[in-house]
Amino acid sequence: MIEEGLKNELAKQGVVLTTLQELYNWGRGNSVWPLSFGLACCAIEMMAASMAKWDIARFGSEVFRPSPRQADLMIVAGTVTKKMAPQVVRLYNQMPEPKYVIAMGACAISGGPFKQGYNVLKGIDRLLPVDIHIPGCPPRPEALLHALITLQKKIEIEALTGPNRPRHLDADAPSEFPVPQFGEHDIVPAMNPLLWKPTQVVR
Amino acid sequence: MSVATESPAPRNYEVVPKTSPEGSELDGELLEVAMGPQHPSTHGVFRMDVVLDGETVVKLKPVFGYLHRNHEKIAENTSYLGSMPYTDRLDYFCSLTNNWAYALAVEKLAGLQVPERAEFIRVITAELTRLQNHTSVCGFLLQDMGALGTPLMYAFREREKILDLFESLTGARMMCNYMRFGGCRCDLPPGWLDRVRKIVGDFPQFLDSYEALLNTNEILLARTQGVGRLPRELAISAGVTGPMLRACGVDYDIRKVDHYGIYDRFEFRIPLGEQGDVYDRYMIRLLEIRESLKILQQALKEVPGGPIIDPKAKLRSFRPKVGEAYGRIEGPKGELGFYLISDGSPNPYRYRVRPPSLINLTILEDMCLGQSVADAVVTLGSVDIVLGEVDR
Amino acid sequence: MESLEQIKIRLEAAVPGAKLEILPNESPSGQHSLLLDNAHAVALARFLRDDAQLRFDYCSNMTGVDWPDTEITSKVKVKKVIDGVEKEVDEVTKTARPGFLEGVYHLYSMAMKHGPLILRLRTGNRKDQVQLPSFTPVWRSCEFQEREVYDLFGVVFDGHPDLRRILMWDEFRDHPMRKDYSEPDDYEYEPTPHDDVLEKSKRHQAAKGTL
Ligand code: SF4
Repeated sequence: MIEEGLKNELAKQGVVLTTLQELYNWGRGNSVWPLSFGLACCAIEMMAASMAKWDIARFGSEVFRPSPRQADLMIVAGTVTKKMAPQVVRLYNQMPEPKYVIAMGACAISGGPFKQGYNVLKGIDRLLPVDIHIPGCPPRPEALLHALITLQKKIEIEALTGPNRPRHLDADAPSEFPVPQFGEHDIVPAMNPLLWKPTQVVR
Repeated sequence: MSVATESPAPRNYEVVPKTSPEGSELDGELLEVAMGPQHPSTHGVFRMDVVLDGETVVKLKPVFGYLHRNHEKIAENTSYLGSMPYTDRLDYFCSLTNNWAYALAVEKLAGLQVPERAEFIRVITAELTRLQNHTSVCGFLLQDMGALGTPLMYAFREREKILDLFESLTGARMMCNYMRFGGCRCDLPPGWLDRVRKIVGDFPQFLDSYEALLNTNEILLARTQGVGRLPRELAISAGVTGPMLRACGVDYDIRKVDHYGIYDRFEFRIPLGEQGDVYDRYMIRLLEIRESLKILQQALKEVPGGPIIDPKAKLRSFRPKVGEAYGRIEGPKGELGFYLISDGSPNPYRYRVRPPSLINLTILEDMCLGQSVADAVVTLGSVDIVLGEVDR
Repeated sequence: MESLEQIKIRLEAAVPGAKLEILPNESPSGQHSLLLDNAHAVALARFLRDDAQLRFDYCSNMTGVDWPDTEITSKVKVKKVIDGVEKEVDEVTKTARPGFLEGVYHLYSMAMKHGPLILRLRTGNRKDQVQLPSFTPVWRSCEFQEREVYDLFGVVFDGHPDLRRILMWDEFRDHPMRKDYSEPDDYEYEPTPHDDVLEKSKRHQAAKGTL
């Protein structure tokens, strides 16, 4: 690895040194295209973040794609109901790797205010691997921008090789997750045991 | 007005493809499309099952429930006051009018009086809500027609100004949770009214430029005039309310009919349409903004002092007497009502929201049949739905 | 608008054989309602809609209410002679009230600008006699709302053209807005549960063996 100070000194002289990993992650991190997919109230704040006042375009994510095939990031903005959960998982499965998930708002994290509802999924992390959680009901647009920056930092340090390499570079890691079916009283399965373990209450 | 002998029936039917006598091979093919729940033009997680003959819609069945969050069931297990924050999340564009409708129903149930100052604050916040709702709806409608960006960006720029007002008053941009039974939660912060005056004073200028940009735009006229026409008898029978109804020429505004709050003190007119098409709905919304500005200007002149909540109103251990009440207001989307049954316990026995967005969708199929699928999208956009309220 | 008593008299004259009852409402709202009998309900509704003075052309709100089996306790003061002294004693009578499901309709008139008139319909019981006549042919606005009541309460509307579940999926078997519905036990509990939530949380922990 090249020394940081030397690199900066060279950059001042107009010589840019980089590694393949840095270049690759720099490119990916600054053009994260979200899926335009709003579920509930939080989606309005997501829209507000993409409008003039907050301008998500400063972070390279203004390109909201209506098709999952062109998106890198799924912002689960709002309450995931049990009727909607299969579609959310299906959309995720249709996205190409590398893909990331931001759970925006209390509802997407845990069911939020509606957690006692019979038709509400208690957190999207029961069915999908979530990278960033944003608490709030609704989180302010600044919070979404912060989550995006956090995600960019996470992408920046992803190694291309080695045991800690991300999922999309690991042929054995799953990139699709089982889609729940509609049952007579609930969706089956109600959660993915590989992804989610019930919290143990300790008193 | 003639009395309809039978309400035009909803249909449950099989569609048979048309075949022409020449029998070209493309005849007789029907295409079934499930638009939604993830579709950029369905304003959230709404789904329409459309059957198309070429480009023409021959059958359209809306499918709901993708945002059914069990609001009513949760409210029946919560105290009366505990449901107030949930009403914010019904129609998440207009939390303050939702608060008002719920507070009004409970005030009827418990017989509470609202002090004058609180009534003024309620009118001001409700009309500001109507401003921001109608501007954003017009932006979304234009977006459905393909004007990506500009109109919606303008609308949201103005909306943000109003949301800033809400934030300084209630502490939250969208989920205000501001009204209480018999009044409001907190008094106006210093200088708030002056800020409202400034924004209300500047709003007509924005509206003028918005209308100059759009109203005579050729594409807008071509895509909206004569599209999604709704006959007036059908609109009444189907319980359509709000700007949708008035676009058909029916003079029915609950602010004028019920005189709830202090609306009879203000002078304003009810804009009415003639054709009942998408263009009328769009124009009615813009005209209603102007009328709301008039109300705001009158209300801002003299906001009286005094208490902001009925001293009799109890926040804790609030138990209305056994009985029931239905309270309704003119929300930005239409008649928003709450129906409550009390059994004397701290929780309502039955809690029901009368959702204007859902009921305005009853006639979606009737409006879209025979039109092209692109027009169905525009028609849906002109209904102005918010899924949180459609599915609750 | 005419008073509820007048409307009742006129309705009884217009639809012979109809049994009507005024259900009083003690709350300050004073919105009393009219209980219709199911056999004549549609004819009565038509009359309300078409009558020149009433013109209830707009059915604003339609919803269901679930009333499970209960015991109604009523206290009556009676004079009794106890130990030779006459005393006032509360006599408690308990009557079992079989459960039923109820449909509630709020009518307004757009032409005459009056209302509301509240109609109620009751089913025979909550198990097998859950039919009510559908008002969709009279007021189109009932279409989705009746479907919703069918979905959430399990009331079957005779004469509804398209009675399917509306909010839950088609395979769903329960009627979640009924008072005796128990939802799938799948939520994590608050760290400091109290009241009902504490009870539920205890049951949950006993069943799942957590904690
Ligand atoms: S977290 Fe709050 S604002 Fe976001 S979807 Fe849930 S209820 Fe709505």
